[in-house]
Amino acid sequence: MLIPFGYLLARAFEADLATLQSLIWRPRNLRLLGNTLKLTALVLAFNALIALPLAWLTLRSDLKAKGLLTFLCVMPLAIPGYVMAYAILGMSGYYGFAHQFFGLRLPRLEGLWGAATALTLYTFPYMFLNLRAALAGVDPGLIESARSLGRSRWGAFWAVEAPHLRPALLTGSLVVGLYVLGDFGVVALMRYEAFSWAIYTQYSSAFDRTYAAWLSLMLMALTLVFVWAEAAFARNRRFARVGTGVARQATPAALGAWRVAAWAFLGVVFLASLGLPLLALIHWMIRGLPNMDWAQLGGSFLRTVATAGPAALLAVICGLPVALLAARWPSRLSALTERLAYLGYALPPLAFALAMVFFTLRAAPALYQSFAVLIFAYVLSFLALTLGPLRLALWGIGTRREEAARALGSSGPGAFLRVTLPQLRRPMAAGGLLVFIMICKELPITYLLAPTGYTTLSMNVFSRTSEGMMAEAAPFALALVVFSSLFVGLILRYEGSGRGRLPKDRS
Amino acid sequence: MSQPLLRARGLTKRFPGAARPVVEEAGFDLEAGEILALIGPSGCGKTTTLRMIGGFETPDAGEIRIEGRDALPLAPEKRGVGVVFQDYALFPHLTVVENVAFGVKGPRLQRETEADRFLDMVGLSGYGPRYPDQLSGGQQQRVALARSFAARPKLILLDEPFSNLDAALRAKTRREIRRILKATGLGVLFVTHDQEEALSFADRLAVMREGRILQIGRPEEVYARPASAFVAQFLGRTNLLAGAARGAQAETPLGVLPLAAPAEGEVLLSLRPEDLGLEPDAAGLGEIVGREFKGHDATYWVRAAGAEWQADVMGGPLLELGARVTIRAKAPAAPLGPE
Repeated sequence: MLIPFGYLLARAFEADLATLQSLIWRPRNLRLLGNTLKLTALVLAFNALIALPLAWLTLRSDLKAKGLLTFLCVMPLAIPGYVMAYAILGMSGYYGFAHQFFGLRLPRLEGLWGAATALTLYTFPYMFLNLRAALAGVDPGLIESARSLGRSRWGAFWAVEAPHLRPALLTGSLVVGLYVLGDFGVVALMRYEAFSWAIYTQYSSAFDRTYAAWLSLMLMALTLVFVWAEAAFARNRRFARVGTGVARQATPAALGAWRVAAWAFLGVVFLASLGLPLLALIHWMIRGLPNMDWAQLGGSFLRTVATAGPAALLAVICGLPVALLAARWPSRLSALTERLAYLGYALPPLAFALAMVFFTLRAAPALYQSFAVLIFAYVLSFLALTLGPLRLALWGIGTRREEAARALGSSGPGAFLRVTLPQLRRPMAAGGLLVFIMICKELPITYLLAPTGYTTLSMNVFSRTSEGMMAEAAPFALALVVFSSLFVGLILRYEGSGRGRLPKDRS
Repeated sequence: MSQPLLRARGLTKRFPGAARPVVEEAGFDLEAGEILALIGPSGCGKTTTLRMIGGFETPDAGEIRIEGRDALPLAPEKRGVGVVFQDYALFPHLTVVENVAFGVKGPRLQRETEADRFLDMVGLSGYGPRYPDQLSGGQQQRVALARSFAARPKLILLDEPFSNLDAALRAKTRREIRRILKATGLGVLFVTHDQEEALSFADRLAVMREGRILQIGRPEEVYARPASAFVAQFLGRTNLLAGAARGAQAETPLGVLPLAAPAEGEVLLSLRPEDLGLEPDAAGLGEIVGREFKGHDATYWVRAAGAEWQADVMGGPLLELGARVTIRAKAPAAPLGPE
């Protein structure tokens, strides 16, 4: 984890002092920072505006089919950000489906607003799930006592529920914020000058690698500031429910005349987040169907699976001891390992991939763009995803049963193998599957580290869309969406268990 | 000299960062066939003591001998100590019979026959193929017991064994488990914070407070002659009174009382409510200020000599609030030692 970072630093300080100074104090850096922050702020604002009403409507209102609505709210996660960008781009223009279906020539939505729209439509489910879990955790008894003390339903929301939502809003903002910082596909397709796009162009076209390294370092620093800020704000949080036992179900609030507005709101959100990409994909799919390259599709599917499979397996194998150490023998060392795993996950993948490039070129040129390094990078980057389910399960299992096994004559390791490991099968499978699907959608690491000519599904979508070949990109994107739907099923299962921070997605 | 089954001496355990040790100089003996209760309020170190004997915590100082052999260097699985945890710790992925057979050595078929035998012993024959989550709390507990028996331990540790059962079930289960344990002839050490449980279940009990053992003895002994005010109050309701002792008697606010043990000088005495009798007496010094009727008896709160006294009275006509009474001690008062 630290070694590639070191090489990134080494690379950054390679140039002479004068060049360095001109690089660091370049006005462009300030503009990139401003752009990135603007984008993050915009996405976060959109997110809150969409997710808060959704969470309340699907939990506390008297709308029907709340289960289905919740599912639809999470479903956009199945559509990777760059596919969302693809859909928005594919809507406009002469051949875009807006013109072909409805005779509308829409202006091309790109830049800041295009990127913010695509990122919001893709990330709001994270915010939604965080807020919804927090809202569900508010004891209805608190609301009832607030109302018995003379507050209206609306007043009770602000007095009781809103304060409880603040930590969730913060956590959700961190998850979404990290996603925006790390995003590469959307800003690249939308041609918005944020850090990661600048790194990419710097690296791929200008070949000014020192500058690319510096930009990566700046982006990493920004990420750390985000993580630190969340931790600092979250420090004083109090946990809401202190009593034990099962919280009662809240009585649903009657919407009355607001019902129409609620449905209209839901309609717009779902149309934009799900209808739009699906329409775009189907539209371009039909246009591209006559000269479709099935062999290429099948080949890239297999190539995707061939890297994601071993990496997922390895991630679980590495994750088990880390989770075990953290759950059973908490110490500085175990906390450090765990934090490093999360750091690998939070770091912008493009910057991380670039660090790996420098590392292999310098330390082991033979490994540059080899499968070993690709899989190694995947594991470092996604290890954290396996930790959540494993740690949760280990806490749930506790040590009592292993102690019971030892009192019955099993040795220490024997007790673990006979008693605990069989109970870890499910979380191990869940963690592995999660990593697998994330890798399938992953773009920047694959793009930079995959062997030349080794094109996966995500790379095909990206490269074709960026060249304007919308019809050619459609089948790859559709395959990815279908595949990612599995991921949504997994996320919903975690939400069902109601604990733990939700895994952040990125692509 | 014959060795006791379990001998603990000077057990001390301090958790990192804690100001005081959780267990300090705890020592006791346990004979085969005996049930010893460790009783104390939560946080008094009783569970930690149990875990040290089980081998799940290492004491900072002290000695644990099982059948005369130093047990401290031994891993939990080598000590021959069975443990029944508060939450039973049944293995959820194994059936009942697989759970019970877990600690049995030998070929599979033989192990399961053996397990069936122990299931039969706890009255659960026929439950073997079920999974633990299909059993009630009381049944799970008996499976946990059978599982411990099947591993052929020398002694069994029970951690708050009845706290997960509802009150209606508790008394009945307690009698049943006591019968089963007595039939095995094993030594049993059990931990509880429930005085009624300790008094009725154990052959001897050890009262703990803040890591130290305050008194060890037979239940009736400890109840009737507590060593300190804490022990007296922890094992049940009591009246504490100061007195000036002169050998077998003491001058107290309730008059001159006989003592359960000779003492001299200023002493604190304990008199249980059932040891006080009330006589209606218009010229009596006491006045009834509270009454709680409980069916087979009634508790009265009587104000007399500047203090309030509790007295349990069986049968007879109920006394009214405000009635004047004379308080009489029906049993000698127990002098208490310093805390």
